[in-house]
Amino acid sequence: MSDCNHCDGLSRSRLLHRAAAEAGRGLPAIEPGMPLPAGTGLSRRSFLGHGAGALLAVYGSSKLGLRALEEGIAAAAGGAAQPILISIFLEGGADGLSVLSPQGDPLYTKLRPSLALSGGSAFSEDDRLRWHPAAAALATLHGEQKVTVMPAVGYTNADQSHFTSRHYWEVGATSTSLRTGWLGRYLDRVGVADNPLQGLSLDDTLAPALATAKVPVASIDGPDQYDFWSNRVWGEVEDRMLAAIGALGVQPTDAGLQVAGSVAAQVHRLRTQLVPFQNQDGKPAYTSPVAYPTSDDAFPRRLAGLAAMLAAGLPLRCVALSAPGEYDTHSNQAPALSSGLQLTTDSLLAFQRDLEARGLADRVLVHVWSEFGRRAGENGSGGTDHGAAGVGFLIGSRVKGTMIGAFPGLATGLDEEGNLKATSDFRAIYAALLEQWLGTDAAAVLPGIDSFARPALLT
Amino acid sequence: MSGVAAFAGSFNAAQAERLLWRAGFGPRKGEAEALTRLGLDGAVHALTNPDREQLVGPAAKDEKGRPLAPYDAWGHDHVWWIDRMVRTSRPLVERMTLVWHDWFATSDAGVDSQRLMLNQNQLFREHALGSFPDLLGQVTKDPAMLLWLNGSDNSKRSPNENYGREMLELFTLGAGRGYTESDVRQNARALTGFRNDWKPGVGTVNFRYDPSAHDAGVKTIFHKRGAFTWKDSVRLAVAHPSHPSFFVNKLWGYFIPTPPDAATLRALEHVYVGSGNRIKPVVAAILKHPSLYTGPRMVKSPALYNAGLLRRLGRGIDTTAYAWLGAMAGQRLFSPPNVAGWDDTRWLDTATWRGRWWIATYVLKPFALDPGKAVQPFDAHALLDGALTFWNKPELGNATHGALLAFAQNALGDAAGTAWKRKQYAVMTQNALRQLIAVSPEMQAA
Repeated sequence: MSDCNHCDGLSRSRLLHRAAAEAGRGLPAIEPGMPLPAGTGLSRRSFLGHGAGALLAVYGSSKLGLRALEEGIAAAAGGAAQPILISIFLEGGADGLSVLSPQGDPLYTKLRPSLALSGGSAFSEDDRLRWHPAAAALATLHGEQKVTVMPAVGYTNADQSHFTSRHYWEVGATSTSLRTGWLGRYLDRVGVADNPLQGLSLDDTLAPALATAKVPVASIDGPDQYDFWSNRVWGEVEDRMLAAIGALGVQPTDAGLQVAGSVAAQVHRLRTQLVPFQNQDGKPAYTSPVAYPTSDDAFPRRLAGLAAMLAAGLPLRCVALSAPGEYDTHSNQAPALSSGLQLTTDSLLAFQRDLEARGLADRVLVHVWSEFGRRAGENGSGGTDHGAAGVGFLIGSRVKGTMIGAFPGLATGLDEEGNLKATSDFRAIYAALLEQWLGTDAAAVLPGIDSFARPALLT
Repeated sequence: MSGVAAFAGSFNAAQAERLLWRAGFGPRKGEAEALTRLGLDGAVHALTNPDREQLVGPAAKDEKGRPLAPYDAWGHDHVWWIDRMVRTSRPLVERMTLVWHDWFATSDAGVDSQRLMLNQNQLFREHALGSFPDLLGQVTKDPAMLLWLNGSDNSKRSPNENYGREMLELFTLGAGRGYTESDVRQNARALTGFRNDWKPGVGTVNFRYDPSAHDAGVKTIFHKRGAFTWKDSVRLAVAHPSHPSFFVNKLWGYFIPTPPDAATLRALEHVYVGSGNRIKPVVAAILKHPSLYTGPRMVKSPALYNAGLLRRLGRGIDTTAYAWLGAMAGQRLFSPPNVAGWDDTRWLDTATWRGRWWIATYVLKPFALDPGKAVQPFDAHALLDGALTFWNKPELGNATHGALLAFAQNALGDAAGTAWKRKQYAVMTQNALRQLIAVSPEMQAA
């Protein structure tokens, strides 16, 4: 790589890390019986920046011209400030019984002879539970009443397939046939036709929860470099070459060519909207008022960029990110869980402090979720198998900070398969978020939601 | 004969080229034309019944000219396999090896041994077109898989259901297709008995079947009772009524992007079951199906794209950069994203497209013309003709052709009347045209 002056950041560790971080992007290829991923078939246009530029992939806006998008963004940015909902996905099925471990439950050490945790700070709402030492950042925020805990969130008859259960959470219903995400349907209701930033994935691809049927949404790959070059092409010819990318591929006749030809070139003007969070000479052009954790993983940098975007007044409504770490801990759970949890929660604490320093904290609510929890009994490989209910969090200055649903205990709180029974339903949380935080009619977004009692979320 | 429809149109260079992309890694120069002489049946027969493998072209080396060290050096495993894709005389066998790598997606991120990963790769190659139950049995006791899905952690005293679940959900039946959570757990019990040791400084060693670790009790799987072992587990999964449809549907998806109709599915299931669960006849029937030739193009996977560019140019492996470039483009071989494999419906996004651009840049590197020395015509049409000839004349649509021509005209226009610019811009435009053709939609999907 010595002959390539663009490759500095592509260290081995970063690539390895990147491969891991990509582990859950999109749902997998369709297998018989597996739900079709939300967002499948959405048309996409992608706007590429040159040099230090960012990238913006715009979904579902095939009829919009670039200028209309820009004008829409500008107009939306000038409107009333909207509440922001941020979705953080712990991919793989995070072990709730480690994040908040029931050290005061007499069955805990029996079920977890090698994995039982000790220590960690006390959980003030239930003296059986203690915070995982790696989640001390959450304990801090909980002490400030900025974290609402769902100690056993899920749904009845939990599906133990990663892909099916994740799909349920993404579409907001236990349905394999829905094709739009629950946040996507909210955006279809309140969003506008010319503001793709209203639904933003900070990821390599669009989060299925954001998949819409009508309005455009976008993904940007965080504030990293996004450069293109070729051999012995420079100056004016290089500029022309890069500008020609967008002209490659208006291919209306063939589905494969349409996909392959969907990348467009004209990002330059849009890029000016994104300057506050672009990299220049390898460093972000924005500054953060607080320090974020240092990591090869993009997560803390993406959150820092997100706070800068919000501070710049960009018209975001729903944002989705994947948390760093390995949560599908069938073996060697203790170290694997610890490192991901630490980076995730430390980053979220920094993000909260960033928002507070910028005076934005009252506008933002973070929802942390995983597709299921893990089995109460460990499996003998130093790990745990797929379970049912897991742990979830709502984080922000406006949350109530008191539990939704109790921890059911290990004596009577397990189902016949040894999995934690849910004491709160993810659909009820969604409904409450839609109604109390986003101010919209949940019944118009979530099918069959009327029978679910909504918990009170906000102070 | 098989009851599966076969393409009855002319088998010309266009059809042969598509077949070579779907059943291999694209044509070398002249290969598609040569294949047309066999006709469709003859071409599919040749692909599915190849002679002994020969590796054609220069042997692989790293950027310093040294042989690859695929067992040991980071990234060499990836480029070792790309080299095999580029040089093999048995493209379908290699393509099926890639199919099985995706089907039984195992990642070195969990195995942590390039040697075990490459051993598994050889297993896929040997069984590429053979018996699916044999393949599944071999995979079940394969050391890389035992590590990846905790098969050697799964013992009588401490069952681990990771493999037992994915075997049903992802490898044989499909989620929600006729099995219960109880079946998963009982299947895991049947699969107990594999073990390995850990040796400091060496790693995982001594993979074996240890009857004392096996749960010899009676299990109930799919309503059948017995003191089942891992062999029964394989047998029961393949005999499950949901398996044939899962198998042919999933296999079809690797070759044809549009789903098969119900009659085709039934006919393919018939071929599969009637052959005693053999892979080859199903693949042969799919490769002849009209949908392959009349349906839409498929986006190439990054490995296919990379190997295909090299084959087209007759260039061998002389850099290991393709390993990290593959990661950028979304397909680092031996590191699938998870046990469900890569998502073949979402190869392209703005990040992975950039990875492909960089792959093309690296493939083109030794061919780049020096603007200070080379001479190219100061004529957009002639430059485009030259670049298309360089790539062995790929079929480009009017839109792409027009975009390339407009680029060349604009680039030359910038040179205006400045003599040195006229000379150098023509050369740079040639270099740029080769790059742009390589990333054009027609080169990314076939």
